[in-house]
Amino acid sequence: MKVNKKPAVSVGGASSEQPVLVVDKISKVYQTNSGSLIAVDGMSFSVNPQEVVSVIGPSGCGKSTLFNLIGGLTPPSSGKISVSGMPVNGPHPSISMVFQEESIFPWRNVVNNVAFPLEINGVPKAEREEHARRFIQMVGLEGFENHTPSQLSGGMRQRVAIARGLASEPKLLLMDEPFAALDEQTRLLLGDKVIQMQQELKQTILLITHNITEAIQLSDRIVVMSYRPGRLKRIIDIDLPRPRTSEIVSSEEFGRYVAMIWDDLREEASKGMAAADSARATT
Amino acid sequence: MTAKSAIFQKEKWVIPLQLGVTFLFFAIIEIAIELKWLNEYVLSRPSKIFFAFHRIIVEESILSYTAVTFMEVLGASLGLIFIAIPFGILLAQKKVLWQAWGDWVSALAAAPIVLLYPLFLVVFGRSPMTIIVIAFLTGFSPVVIKTVEGITNVRQVLKDVGRSFNLSAYQQFKLITLPAALPAIFLGLRLGLIYAMITVVAVEYLIDLGGLGNIVGELAERYDLPATYAAMCFVVGVSILFFAFLERLEKWLT
Repeated sequence: MKVNKKPAVSVGGASSEQPVLVVDKISKVYQTNSGSLIAVDGMSFSVNPQEVVSVIGPSGCGKSTLFNLIGGLTPPSSGKISVSGMPVNGPHPSISMVFQEESIFPWRNVVNNVAFPLEINGVPKAEREEHARRFIQMVGLEGFENHTPSQLSGGMRQRVAIARGLASEPKLLLMDEPFAALDEQTRLLLGDKVIQMQQELKQTILLITHNITEAIQLSDRIVVMSYRPGRLKRIIDIDLPRPRTSEIVSSEEFGRYVAMIWDDLREEASKGMAAADSARATT
Repeated sequence: MTAKSAIFQKEKWVIPLQLGVTFLFFAIIEIAIELKWLNEYVLSRPSKIFFAFHRIIVEESILSYTAVTFMEVLGASLGLIFIAIPFGILLAQKKVLWQAWGDWVSALAAAPIVLLYPLFLVVFGRSPMTIIVIAFLTGFSPVVIKTVEGITNVRQVLKDVGRSFNLSAYQQFKLITLPAALPAIFLGLRLGLIYAMITVVAVEYLIDLGGLGNIVGELAERYDLPATYAAMCFVVGVSILFFAFLERLEKWLT
């Protein structure tokens, strides 16, 4: 069980390849009516090729801000982000984003949702549909190609969103709590699906989550964030064997990781709860 | 059983029920007139109204009047589609535009525009254009208001998906904003066309200028009560078909 107490930009796995993602001293400050709010403060970490890294932290620690910063939807106040050595100054073609909220288009059927990134890149219809079907099959939705989102369950809709994210063959798949709205069983089973896809495609993934089980089940490393301002608390290497399935959650080693991460998060979550209570008391 | 199949099963008995209730209603009126509870010189017997249908179609050429009404509704519809929807889209682009114009558009919805028909007669003359313009203005507000509502209420996450794929402003509008807003736009269009259709028939009646409203007025002036009621039922039937067509079109497009 390895723990990096004082991580720097170079912190990562043992890979000698160039990292897919480098987050270098990134900060985001929002101006509010009551002054400046530091959402993310000097975060630095990297993600190596084919690696799955999770960012975990208590509610309100700036995880979603970090997601938007890496995805290029929000500009940072300071610091740099690069993907495969290229700076991220806005939405980047090498990054695909899977959002926490339901984000597939209700007016398109499954195949047209998944083919969307190819459609905007001018790929001919027959070719893009064939390509999309490959990813639909990969997420286990074959037979549902012509269904509309309203005919699918919440878990199936999120799988469509993941397939859409993968269809553009990104260097980095960036996911913000994609299973947050789902029940625990579905969440575990979808975790298995993500592990299968990741292994099949050798996909590099950065997962933002507040779910400890999900983070350990899926990740090679876990970046733990502190409560506001969101700072890097530590990076934990997950030395569990691969290929993994959801059965691993019942192992002793898994339990030790859960306890270790919870130790860190409990302290931070308590700060968050205290801050929320005092905010409620003043209003 | 899925919710969808439950809806279809319901439809099987809803239509016979609707027809049954309508038949029962006419039967009660027929009996009430027979028993002299209702005055036949005020309300015609449904049986006579039924047989008057043949007369208004063959002798009064109601279908040619329907064509006139249809053309006028079509003119107003084109105005709503090509003027009101783009105007709504324009207002939805900038908050300041909606703040400047929104109250006026809402006020127009409450204004009894049909009462201004003498003014429109002066401006456009006694022509179908007068009817089309009044009908267009009556349907204008709901179409604009629902278009603005549809566009401004597009979920942020859908916009973010577009941004994450680096769409241009035109792609963002064509591929995300417009399809997401389409159900609201169609709702506005349906409301606008309902108002427009009512206004077309009402103004035709008021200014005696062709169309279904005109034939209802003519038959009433002749005191041909069965034919008058038959013509009124015909107008209702045409309206029902028109809105059923709009519903189908909406389902097909959204």
